[in-house]
Amino acid sequence: MSKLANKVAVITGSTRGIGAAIAREMAREGARVVISGRNQTRLQDMQKELEGLGAEVLAVPADVSKMDDAKNLIEKTLEKFERIDILVNNAGITRDNLLMRMSEQEWDEVINTNLKGTFNCIKAATRQLMRQRYGRIINITSVVGLQGNAGQVNYAASKAGIIGLTKSVARELASRHVTCNAVAPGFIETDMTAALDEKIVEELKKQIPLSRLGQPEDVAKMVVFLASDDASYITGQVFNVDGGMVM
Amino acid sequence: MSLEEKVKDIIVDKLGVDPEKVKPEAHFIDDLGADSLDTVELVMAFEDEFDVEIPDEDAQQITTVGSAIEYLSKKIKSE
Repeated sequence: MSKLANKVAVITGSTRGIGAAIAREMAREGARVVISGRNQTRLQDMQKELEGLGAEVLAVPADVSKMDDAKNLIEKTLEKFERIDILVNNAGITRDNLLMRMSEQEWDEVINTNLKGTFNCIKAATRQLMRQRYGRIINITSVVGLQGNAGQVNYAASKAGIIGLTKSVARELASRHVTCNAVAPGFIETDMTAALDEKIVEELKKQIPLSRLGQPEDVAKMVVFLASDDASYITGQVFNVDGGMVM
Repeated sequence: MSLEEKVKDIIVDKLGVDPEKVKPEAHFIDDLGADSLDTVELVMAFEDEFDVEIPDEDAQQITTVGSAIEYLSKKIKSE
């Protein structure tokens, strides 16, 4: 049995990395998938790939840091599918630098995409979710939001912010049967972590009890579970998918 | 059906209250047992029924049955 048969899932930042893995996994589980991102070419490629898996797909270009784009993403989804069952706020960027050297712009860009982008999409979708008396919101945070990380004050703050946002949304919407949870990946092999120095990666592995980096699919499977009807009694929680790195 | 009746119908339906209690002076939260999300949903239902857009700052003024009727009649006339 498909876990997400006929569910409509909106996944932001879904043209690569963890977001793409979530879109693939949801498509395989029978969901109708709305993908979005800023890069039109990657968006089209992803749409073809998912359609190849037999999924019904809608691709909407969006920069979630802009409220109008978030609204448009939800409107286009409702025009085509007339409902939203699952919203995955995954779009995220890094602009790493030591606090001493970090520019205001580097701070703002990361907060605006990661934290404000999550707020924007939830706000745009909430009216529909409340009306349906059903919804699954899953926000992608990071173990960095729990532990902090030198060189990532902006990213860590945005991800910690997402955790507070998640818990508050969970409380606000619980009476309408809308759940909101967060998934905190550790070090996952994506373009984002490929930028890291090999020595740093070796050091990182030593901190991971399962002594390997994670795969995007490891995260996607947790997100699918939280999006499924099996997770109906779970809300306001943060789930680490990190090989045991943070306990 | 008059505007007043429509508004009352929506309130009865959304809040699941006795129509007798839906008097002009009845306060959604204090008298009709609504929570803050219910009041947001009421405004959404008014928007749908009367095909108007109610800005957030206006929505916060709509706290009683009477204020809803008054606001909506003015709003519809002005459009």
